Amino acid sequence: MKLFALFGNYCILMSKVFSRPEKRSIYRQRILFEIEALGLNSIGIAALISIFMGAVITLQMSINLESPFIPRYLIGYATRESMILEFSSTVVALILAGKVGSNIASEIGTMRITEQIDALEIMGVNSASYLILPKIVATVFFFPFLTILSILIGTAGGYLIAIFTGVMNPGDYIEGLMYSFKPFSIWYSLIKIAVYAFLITSISGFYGYFAQGNSLEVGRASTKAVVVSSVTILIFNLILTQLLLI
Amino acid sequence: MIRTEHLVKSFDGRIVLNDISVEFDQGKTNLIIGQSGSGKTVLLKSIVGLHMIDSGEIYYDDVLFSGLDFKARKLIRRDVGMIFQGGALLDSSTVEENVKLPLDLFTKQSEEEKLERVNFCLRRVNLQDANGLYPAELSGGMVKRVAIARAIVMNPRYLFCDEPNSGLDPKTSVVIDNLIHEITVEYGMTTIINTHDMNSVMEIGEKIVFLHQGRKWWEGTKQDIFHTDNRELNDFVFASAMAKRAKKVTAID
Repeated sequence: MKLFALFGNYCILMSKVFSRPEKRSIYRQRILFEIEALGLNSIGIAALISIFMGAVITLQMSINLESPFIPRYLIGYATRESMILEFSSTVVALILAGKVGSNIASEIGTMRITEQIDALEIMGVNSASYLILPKIVATVFFFPFLTILSILIGTAGGYLIAIFTGVMNPGDYIEGLMYSFKPFSIWYSLIKIAVYAFLITSISGFYGYFAQGNSLEVGRASTKAVVVSSVTILIFNLILTQLLLI
Repeated sequence: MIRTEHLVKSFDGRIVLNDISVEFDQGKTNLIIGQSGSGKTVLLKSIVGLHMIDSGEIYYDDVLFSGLDFKARKLIRRDVGMIFQGGALLDSSTVEENVKLPLDLFTKQSEEEKLERVNFCLRRVNLQDANGLYPAELSGGMVKRVAIARAIVMNPRYLFCDEPNSGLDPKTSVVIDNLIHEITVEYGMTTIINTHDMNSVMEIGEKIVFLHQGRKWWEGTKQDIFHTDNRELNDFVFASAMAKRAKKVTAID
């Protein structure tokens, strides 16, 4: 029952978020600001994790697929597929749910308990739309770029580990990267990250917007935002995979 | 003028405001006083529409505000300024951006006109050269002044202040009180201040409403306070020995 009430409140908030903005030019400025705050500032963490993950996948594959019956180039192929299909969308989204989700929930939650949201409402501003919509637009637009970056850096990480450790021939790795490539996989990954971006931002915005009380409650709202966003990402990963790939 | 009729508000079945009927006069500094937990802030937030009321009516001049939908309320809110207890300035915006925000969102003025208006309002509250500062860089008194500047930037007809003196030293409190009073007279606004600061009552209170246990217990002028025999009001206003002596002296005079 509580879950239905929560979902109902989420839907009502989203209807407020997607109502007509007061002035489009102000929203454009805020979207640019949020692209920097939520998108550009996440490049570092996404790149760092991707390079190590690409390297580790290559190492693991080369250790576990050591067989005269399995061609070595399949290691490059497996690294590429892992990065595109799961890591650069789902795992990066889980990491961003922690970084961006907690940021959004605590920012909006603090605004709620310090009456900044009430101040906006008194001015006649649709506070839900003013605060949450630019964040949603910014992340849905920018997170796919993070995914593309993650794919490139991750596969580069695999290549570098192949060179520096000698676990496999870099030429075989490159051959694997190009083997049986399906462009739809990239679209699949980009669609997933766009959906995840919406989920992370809207769920975190929801928990922040309805935070009540004091700083402890803001902390709780932030934690809930991360947990619920992460679980929802996993559920939607299953749904989207079923819908798009099968 | 703002009027409430038989206003009732409860939270989780607990009645916080019980049958409040009161009229706040235009061009006057109206004060709501009462102990902590008496329902002052709930009344103020109910009047501005931040709390949904259970029953009763709220009128802004002759418009039934409590009967309006969200869109219609938005139009009235363009005529409303509010100063919150903690200032409620947007942390991520500078002083100038905070004051300019309503102009950005609701007017078609040029950037120059907007800046001129912002600077006028900041000068009005004696805050020159603070345009580029962030709220975290301001003192408590400065935050309140910026909040006042933001509240008056759209030339509101109604001004609401939720404990504007909380956290301020007595001297700064007097400055803020006088500023609110001057602006009220200057613009002919209907101003409602929610306070438990007795200095404010004596300095600027023109019409005073005393809340006790969620009910309107008394209303009158600051002169009436010295002659009332309302026990709860006397207990609240003249709580300290010094205040009791002051009442005796005033009564004798």
